[in-house]
This record gives sequence, C-alpha cells and structure tokens, in this order.
Amino acid sequence: MEPGVAILARNLGKRYRIGTLRQAYGTFRDLFSQTVGRWTLRRAKDHQSEQIWALHNVDLEVHAGEVLGIIGRNGAGKSTLLKVLSRITPPTEGSVEILGRVGSLLEVGAGFHPELTGRENVFFNGSILGMSRREIKRKFDEIVTFSGVEKFIDTPVKRYSSGMYVRLAFAVAAHMDPDILLVDEVLAVGDAAFRSKCIGKMQQVTRQGRTVLLVSHNMAAIEGLCRRCILLEEGEIVADGATDAVLERYIANDRPSRAGAETDLSDHPRRRPGSEAVLRKMTLSSEGADGSVVRMGRPLTIAVEFERATEIPNMRFGLAIETSMGVRVVALSPTLHAPTLLQAAARKGTLRCDVPYLRLVPGMYYITVILGTGDKDIDVIDQATSFSVETADVFGTGYAPEPSHGVFFEQAQWGILPAGDETD
Amino acid sequence: MNDASRTPPRTLILPPKGLPRLELLELWRSRELLLFLVVRDIMVKYKQAFLGIAWAVLQPLVMMAVFTLFFGILLKVDSTRMPYPLFAFAGLLPWTYFSSALATSSTSLVANRLLITKVFFPRMMLPASSVLAALVDLALSMVVLLALMLYFGVMPSPRLILLLPFIALAMTCALGCSLWLSAINVKYRDVQYAIPALIQIWFFLSPVFYSSQAVPEAFRPVYGLNPMVAVIEGFRWAITDQPFPEPLMMTGSILICLVVLVTGSFYFKRAEREIADMV
Repeated sequence: MEPGVAILARNLGKRYRIGTLRQAYGTFRDLFSQTVGRWTLRRAKDHQSEQIWALHNVDLEVHAGEVLGIIGRNGAGKSTLLKVLSRITPPTEGSVEILGRVGSLLEVGAGFHPELTGRENVFFNGSILGMSRREIKRKFDEIVTFSGVEKFIDTPVKRYSSGMYVRLAFAVAAHMDPDILLVDEVLAVGDAAFRSKCIGKMQQVTRQGRTVLLVSHNMAAIEGLCRRCILLEEGEIVADGATDAVLERYIANDRPSRAGAETDLSDHPRRRPGSEAVLRKMTLSSEGADGSVVRMGRPLTIAVEFERATEIPNMRFGLAIETSMGVRVVALSPTLHAPTLLQAAARKGTLRCDVPYLRLVPGMYYITVILGTGDKDIDVIDQATSFSVETADVFGTGYAPEPSHGVFFEQAQWGILPAGDETD
Repeated sequence: MNDASRTPPRTLILPPKGLPRLELLELWRSRELLLFLVVRDIMVKYKQAFLGIAWAVLQPLVMMAVFTLFFGILLKVDSTRMPYPLFAFAGLLPWTYFSSALATSSTSLVANRLLITKVFFPRMMLPASSVLAALVDLALSMVVLLALMLYFGVMPSPRLILLLPFIALAMTCALGCSLWLSAINVKYRDVQYAIPALIQIWFFLSPVFYSSQAVPEAFRPVYGLNPMVAVIEGFRWAITDQPFPEPLMMTGSILICLVVLVTGSFYFKRAEREIADMV
C-alpha cells in the first residue's frame, strides 16, 4: 500500500444467496427439503439464480484524511460496503487493506439495553464501539453534556423519550476517536436542532484529519461534508470523483425513464421487503395537460391507481413531494385533508389529489407514494415519479423566485414605518 | 489524540477460506468488552426482580427440598453415606450452573442480533459472557453449600480447594456445548426449542439425584461419555472425604469436556463468517 492511503480495496465482492436475505433462518425441515430438492436439475438451476452480488468489482482507494461520500439507491450496496470494511461480514472475493483503527457507526444505540441506566449504557456502548474503559471515563462528562440528558443519566433508558435515547447514543458514538470512521445514515436522527449539532460534530471530526466514509440519503449533508463521492449501482462503483459531478450524475441518471405524465408503477422497484405491489399507475396533470412540467402557481393533479386481490380495510394513503436532494417538502394525504374519504374498504380504484396552487420554486421534484392499512404499510414506492417546476411571474412584479431562494415561495405584504415611530 | 504516537494498526480483510483460526490474541484484546458483557448480563438478569439475586440460592434450595422428599425419603436413593439433602445440593449446584449457562448462552447470538449486524467484535464473547455471568449464581450457592455442610457436620477439608478445577471443568463443559449450540441456532432455530428437552434428558443422564455408583459397573465407561458426570462427581468428591470415583469414567468424561470445547471453538469460528448474514 502506498503511503498516505488509509483504505485500499481491490476487486471487492460480496455475494448473498437471496435465501439468506429473504428468509433469515431455516429449520431442519427446510434443510431436508432443500437437500432433496437439489437432486433434481430444475432445483439446481433455481439455486444458481438465487445468488446476487451485493458488491461486485469494487476498487477503491481512500487517502488518510479524506472524507468520502457514498451514494446510491437503496439496495445499491452502500451498507454492505461499510459492513465489509468494518469486518461485520466477510467479503466473497477480493481484498481490503486498512491502515488505522476503524470505528463504525452503522446504527445509533447498537447495544443499548433498556433496563440499564444511561450511565451504564454509555460505558457498555462505548466498550462495544471499541473504546477502553479509561477512554470512556475521560470523555464521560463531555458525552453527557453533548447529549443534554444530564438529569436522567441514572434513569434506565427504557424511560427515555426516543429523542433522548437517540441523543445519548449518538453522543457516545460521536466521541469515538478512530482513525477511520464509517458512518451509515445516522445523521437522520433526532430533531432538527440535534441534527445540526450532529452535522457540526461530523464537520469537526473531518477537520481533525480523520478519514470518514459517509453513507447518506441526505444529499445536502453529503454536499456539505464530502469533497469526493462514489456512486454505487447494483453493487458496482459507477462514478467516482468530485461530489458535485457525482451528485449531478446520480440525480440526472436516477430515473430518466420515470419522468412523464404517466408512470407505470406495477414493476417499479420496491424498497421495503414484503411490499405488496398494489400501486398500479400514477398520472400527473395540470389543468388537463401533461403534468410532468408544471409552472409555479398553477394547479397540479396527481392520480394514483391501485388494485389488490383482497379488500383494503382502514386504508391509508399518502404522497410526499421531495426535492432532488432528498428533502421532503410536503406531505399530502386524505388523513390530513379529507379524513372521511377512505372509510369504506376498497379493493381497487383511483385516488385523485388536486393541489390548486403549487408553491414550489423551479427545479426537479420527486413523489413518493405510500399505501397502507392501519399502521401497516402495504406498498411504498420511493420517488416513484418526478416532475419539474418552471418559473412563472407569480407575484406579478416581473421578479420570480429562484431555486436558490428556498424550496417554496410565499405571498407576502410589505410595509415600512417611519424611523420615529419606534420610540413611543 | 491521547496516543497519537502509536503506529496505526494494519488490517487485511480477505474472503475466509479453509480451516478457521481461533484468533486467540483478538479474544485477549477484547477482554474488557467481555467484562462489560458479563456485568451487563448480571445486572439485567436481576433488575426489577423483587427477590433479586436471592433467586440464585432459592432455586437449588427448593429443588433440594423436593429431591430430599421424593428421592431421599420416599425412594431411598443411595447417597453414598452423605446426608441426602447435602448430596442432592452438591449435585444441584454444578447442574443448575450448567443448565442455566447453557440455556442463556445458546440463544445469546440470536438475542444480540442487533449488535451482531451492526458492530464488529469477536462473536465468541457473547456465549462466553453468558457462561461467566452464570458463575455469580454459583458463587452465592456455594456459600449456602458451606452452611449446609456445617449444619450436617461435614467438616470442609483442604480438599475443598479442588472444587476450583471442577468449577473450571463445569465452565469448559458449558462453554463447549454453548459454542456448538449457539452457532447452530443462528442457522436453525430448532435449537432453541430443543434445548429445554435436551436439558431435561441430560439431567436424568447425569448423577444429580443419584450417584454414579448406582450405574452398573460395566456401563460406567459409557456413562462417562457424559461430560457432566466428571463435573458433578468431582464436586461431591471435593467436599467430602470419600474415595475418588472410578478413574476410567472420570478421565473419559474430562476428555469429552475438552474435546467439546476445542471442536466447539473451531465450529464456532467457522460459523462466525456467516453469523452476521444469517442471524
């Protein structure tokens, strides 16, 4: 390995049998039936096709002190890459050389035990993350102050609110001092204030010359923290370079085929395992015309067709509009606007949502669709379709809001008071 | 940072091939984590239990009373010149330790799946910590054992110190079995359903409420294939002044303990490669 290199992966690959993914464990009976099944040729063929490469031909060189962003769709292999690098799971082929102590933060609060107090959990979790007892003792006060749960540090964490729990857990992890830090999507926890504190802490870590590998769907965080980025698609690195360029490629490349007024949802990739493909078709229109391009301040109609073999009792439905950076801008749901709409159980139909006045600034937006029953999601399609918003003179002033002005625009009245009036 | 001058460790990650290595050095480096895991197991076990740690002593005491009534008084089982309650208690201690250690440690990997899929550490720490945590109960019961000995007028001899190697043997046996069972349980959850039955059968095959001398002499070497025979008979031998049990049976039993530990360690290390993907 050349000097200055912290991580060197060569031809790295990880193969899963789909069986191991889908069905986490077997029973002796399965073992038996599989063994019997293997005797027939047809089964043997099935067996072959049940293997997927979660990572394939990954060559990666990360220099010490570099902050690398890892992006890609769900299932692209981002988390698998971090798991292989942190030795949680071994690779199937290839090799990785790592120079330095590795700390991984793949989940906030891994190893927290609900019955133990905050104090006990800090020590335990710290030790799990690879800190020595002396190290934890030294940083204990700092950790507790960062988390802001001083008052409850001797209370069992099962009595914590979820926010407190996550804050304490992140605080422990944030105080690891590894040479190489692997972080998976943990910046999305807690409330907005704590989130910005976390990102601040991450910035501090990166400034200390630590090598960081960061997986996130929060493109803004990636943009803010990483100079270099890799894009994974189906387990392979398809782009590697400056963050701007790779992000642009990801966004542009993402789903060009999905744009358009009508989107067939039937064979769309489903993110959650166990999703039933119930959502069929989504149509965007604006004043009767194609809705894949809408002008600011105009109406937008989103129609979604669904069909299921059995009735959906207590149906829930939701649409979320997201920016290309993955920031959720607005949620639209009958639960919010028309609670009585979905009272009757239905098997199929088309739900129509009319937004009379679209207040988004120009840019590309995505729509995520969720259909569920009660508390359970039946079908979720992330970023099922996209549409773009074009500029328009919505204020009648000749000056239109621009993407740099924010995500949405607002009508406002202005006034000015003479300077003297303030004093009375 | 605190020790900036150290040379950073170099790690090479390769696909696992062939025979697993035990990586004992890595285990030794994680001893502090093992301690934390043991402390956690102990704390969690007795939090929110009204009688708390008293359960550790109550359980074998109650069993002793029941055994004394049925086997000692009604069935008149031969207790080799020892007072039956003491005889039963001395058998129950290692047995209770073994069965509770086995029950918790064989499910330890599955119970800690969140940890396993998100953090790297030597997985062997999990069954090992359960085996160690169960020692607390054993230690407390030992105090009761001493009290019972005094009560029945059995004076502790210097031989009592030889309890220690037999406790170590009990740990060896528990760890060996749980390395096998916990690793198999990751793949086949049948194990966790089979364990209560397994423990029950094993109990009757071990000299807990009867003495191994009740086994016909010709069968004793075969009987000695049960590793718990050496553990339990050794316990009884150490607290009394009786002659050492049949050497062939004892040696066989001790050897089996060691074989189970060594094979279990290798099997576990081999299974470890897949644990995070299967659990």
